[in-house]
Amino acid sequence: MLLFEKSREGRGCAILPECDVPVVLPQEKDARKQPLHMPALSEPELSRHYTELAHKTRGVNDGFYPLGSCTMKYNPRVNEQIAALEGFNQIHPLQPQGTVQGCMEVMALAEKYLCEITGMDHMTLQPAAGAHGELTGLLLMKAYHTSKGNTHKTKILVPDSAHGTNPASAAMAGYTVVSIPSGDDGCVDIEKLKEAAGDDIAGLMLTNPNTVGLFDKNIREITQIVHDCGGLCYYDGANLNAVMGIVRPGDMGFDIVHLNLHKTFSTPHGGGGPGAGPVGCKEELAQFLPSVLVEKDGDDLHFTKPEHSIGEMKSFYGNFLVVVKALTYILTLGREGIPQASSNAVLNANYMMNQLKDLYTMAYDDICMHEFVMSLADLKKDTGISAMDIAKGLLDNNIHPPTMYFPLIVEEALMVEPTETESRETLDEAVAVFRQLHAQAAADPEGLHHAPTKTPVTRLDEVGAARHPHLRYHFED
Amino acid sequence: MELKAELKYTKSHEWIAKDGDVATIGLTDYAQSELGDLVFVNLPEEGDEVTVGEAFGDVESVKAASDVYSPVTGTVSAVNEELLDAPESINEAPYDAWFIKVTDISEEEELLSAEEYEKFVEESEE
Repeated sequence: MLLFEKSREGRGCAILPECDVPVVLPQEKDARKQPLHMPALSEPELSRHYTELAHKTRGVNDGFYPLGSCTMKYNPRVNEQIAALEGFNQIHPLQPQGTVQGCMEVMALAEKYLCEITGMDHMTLQPAAGAHGELTGLLLMKAYHTSKGNTHKTKILVPDSAHGTNPASAAMAGYTVVSIPSGDDGCVDIEKLKEAAGDDIAGLMLTNPNTVGLFDKNIREITQIVHDCGGLCYYDGANLNAVMGIVRPGDMGFDIVHLNLHKTFSTPHGGGGPGAGPVGCKEELAQFLPSVLVEKDGDDLHFTKPEHSIGEMKSFYGNFLVVVKALTYILTLGREGIPQASSNAVLNANYMMNQLKDLYTMAYDDICMHEFVMSLADLKKDTGISAMDIAKGLLDNNIHPPTMYFPLIVEEALMVEPTETESRETLDEAVAVFRQLHAQAAADPEGLHHAPTKTPVTRLDEVGAARHPHLRYHFED
Repeated sequence: MELKAELKYTKSHEWIAKDGDVATIGLTDYAQSELGDLVFVNLPEEGDEVTVGEAFGDVESVKAASDVYSPVTGTVSAVNEELLDAPESINEAPYDAWFIKVTDISEEEELLSAEEYEKFVEESEE
């Protein structure tokens, strides 16, 4: 039920303080023709409404959340405590720089450590999330090629296992996308890459480990092929959780990197967000970065704008408090903890994969990195139970489903990423549920087709919702 | 899997019907059943150029978005705009739900007969 449906004329609550500045009304020509619809509720009603909504949601604190490629690790409370400090959240973006030196120190430190982890020379904290970072990175690439007079470089290479945002970002930046097929081992087909590499290539977008959870062993050769044709290499940081502190994108040959602080660096996703997608680059590209960068001059920190900056990607400093949380995480884990987190993420994924591979067909039967992909094509053929049905069955067992039907190169795919923050007991319980659902697929397929039955909403009509979406609420008057 | 003997097919699961110098292109029954319920269609405009082997439009199901490829090089002479409001018609009658008509055809990929296409699908299923 919506707030508007609960509204009763005359009710209200005093959650806003009294106005303590002179009231100025807009000019007649700017005034609304009709009064604004505002719900009228008492404070307890309002409070209960949001608590009710909270009960219908599901977060990483509700249980296991192995959503592949999203790195749904636990978000430590200490991150929140630090970000709640007055000096961080009671400030104004236009405050004199001399009064926010501590916040600027946070930005400078975050840039330094994230550059160290990625092997980059400079970093902008401005982009608000991963895809925003991708666009930022591609605009850097474009500015670089424009400065070199490389107007003939109009194409971006993207593997067919890439996240959908990669080709979309390349198109947004005005590039033509060339898809590179994967080989049978799930990695980039080197011969096909060589065929596609030519003088018209502006760059390559790649994530490593890739979207099937494998580390591309040819990565140095791949980046070399792109560099040899004058292109730049862009690292999609979606899967950095497998390798942080162990191997650096900069050392793999990448020139530009985006990070998802809300994945790898333990800041909240979605409702607890917003996210942040910092973009790092090598020295030669730094002149194009968006403003604002923090520069140190003795003890004094001040903001600068690079000489040939592509401009603002977001107002002011990006989502600053997310950066505070990520820096807290980095400092909490430290030099030893960062690689250990990645090692445990890889260990957890391999443990689960090995506990399941006698029943479920793994898309690639190899040691995986932080996630693994299984194909339920055989199960569907034998029992009629699809990846979707298993995903829905997991919901009834208090487990959030893995990523479904991605990557597109694997049929009936389920992509499982347990992360490092789950205990062995949690993994064992999840394995038991997966095994039980596999048995149910044969014994009671009809039951699984109707799952979930224990959740606030049951099986949704996704087709109907997509074909005939209700996009706004219609008021009676 | 439904097939029509009078049509030609591609390995990327489009059907093509040639009538004089006009080619009509759509998605095969196999393609629609693999994609599942379609919810969105993106089409080119009349007068656009299409190139053999390159995408001219795309379709979205609840699962995923997929490109639709042109088996010919030429100019789009007609677009089935009814699909935009009724993507489900591709699921219901794939061989009636044509996407585009192409004229001024200068190049054409090697097309499969119904029999060859059926064999190709069966082999790729294994």
